[in-house]
Amino acid sequence: MRHCMSPLDFSVDELDQLMGLAADIEENPDKYSHACDGKRLATCFYEPSTRTRLSFESAMLRLGGQTLGFASADSSSASKGESVSDTLRIISGYADICAIRHPKEGAPLVASLHSGIPVINAGDGGHAHPTQTLADLYTIKSLKGRLDHFTIGLCGDLKFGRTVHSLISALVRYEGVHFVLISPEELKLPSYIREDVLEKNGATYEETESLEDAMPKLDVLYMTRVQRERFFNEDDYVRLKDRYILDNDKMKLGREDMIVMHPLPRVNEISVEVDDDPRAQYFTQAKKAVFIRMALILTLLGIQVDKNIPQPTNNPSSEKGGEKC
Amino acid sequence: MLNISGIHEGYVLDHIKAGTSMKIYHLLKLDELKDATVAIIMNAKSKKMGHKDIIKIECPLGSIDLDTIGYIDHNITVDVIKNDSIIAKEKLALPKVLKNVIKCKNPRCITSIEQGLDQVFILTDAKKEIYRCRYCEEAYTEKETI
Ligand SMILES: [Zn+2]
Repeated sequence: MRHCMSPLDFSVDELDQLMGLAADIEENPDKYSHACDGKRLATCFYEPSTRTRLSFESAMLRLGGQTLGFASADSSSASKGESVSDTLRIISGYADICAIRHPKEGAPLVASLHSGIPVINAGDGGHAHPTQTLADLYTIKSLKGRLDHFTIGLCGDLKFGRTVHSLISALVRYEGVHFVLISPEELKLPSYIREDVLEKNGATYEETESLEDAMPKLDVLYMTRVQRERFFNEDDYVRLKDRYILDNDKMKLGREDMIVMHPLPRVNEISVEVDDDPRAQYFTQAKKAVFIRMALILTLLGIQVDKNIPQPTNNPSSEKGGEKC
Repeated sequence: MLNISGIHEGYVLDHIKAGTSMKIYHLLKLDELKDATVAIIMNAKSKKMGHKDIIKIECPLGSIDLDTIGYIDHNITVDVIKNDSIIAKEKLALPKVLKNVIKCKNPRCITSIEQGLDQVFILTDAKKEIYRCRYCEEAYTEKETI
């Protein structure tokens, strides 16, 4: 059995297969519409995240499966003090696969240790959100045609933004990715990511405070939201949240074939006027996230619809090397 | 040089940083060893260290887990004694996994609320001696124990 705790659980080759499967699903949805007939996905959300939960549910429904679950801790036994491990032992009897979101970091791993079914980490506090990263990779791959030899600008909160940290860790495995880190001094990328991830893997990067200066260099611009809950001081938040606002004037500085991404929801860091620009791809990104989640569900359940479309094994320990999962 | 003639079978832990021997005594759970005789020498003079602590343990070989002290201080030297003589000098390595030795300090970590969960840390960078919580992956750099 295989779980999904981190995007790095998959080797680069396996990610290629996963994205290839997602692309086939996107092109031929009918082929997969009964792949999960009779299977159930449990969405165990200990904190609300409507967008992520609906994305998972949509993925399972499009595969012909069914879903059950809870949308916040108030409506679950967690509010009565039941442990994550107990909940998962019980859910294992109700469903075939589980997506768990939890405010505490490492909760999905604990869940997976006690689960009889594959567990997907659907976000655990500031720690990880692997399916977001898989969606980001798949979006870049399908819109730019490759995951190597391009320049990506990451803009906004690079200090606390787990989406950014996770994306960087995933992208350094590809050759020739150049990172332009755009943030105010207070929200710079932490030194441990610069040293242990970027430099250790020989990735090239530059840091700047100016989005305008960075724009002309970029193949991909990844915008992020500055999150209020990360700040102790409301004044700091108010001052920093409006530091970067992408509008049509700034878009004029960008290349014609650049794409703009955002994990959504946005607050005001991308002005709505940009939505009509063909380079704005954040809604496409949200749509593509469903296909990569479908590919992930199929993979973890060990369901192969088309023998000509390779997919990662759901039993990595039996493979040589025994990929960590 | 202190003699070790008092020990028939057991261990001599030498070059312990002065003042830390009691911590190591508890960490090795020497108080729980029923048939062990333990001698603690504190603040002994040392050419190399100025002052040091020494722990002598008379006990059947294999009854203490030396890995945990590798985490606390891997400069500690261990003489293994059998039939009144030193049969081996062990060098302590940093243990790859620490189970219930240190406690995760990240308040957002699942270990802060989940009952009955072991505290597990994994050595992720032997050079920098960095352990990370198995669950939240926060690095733990202080040399403190539960
Ligand atoms: Zn932790």
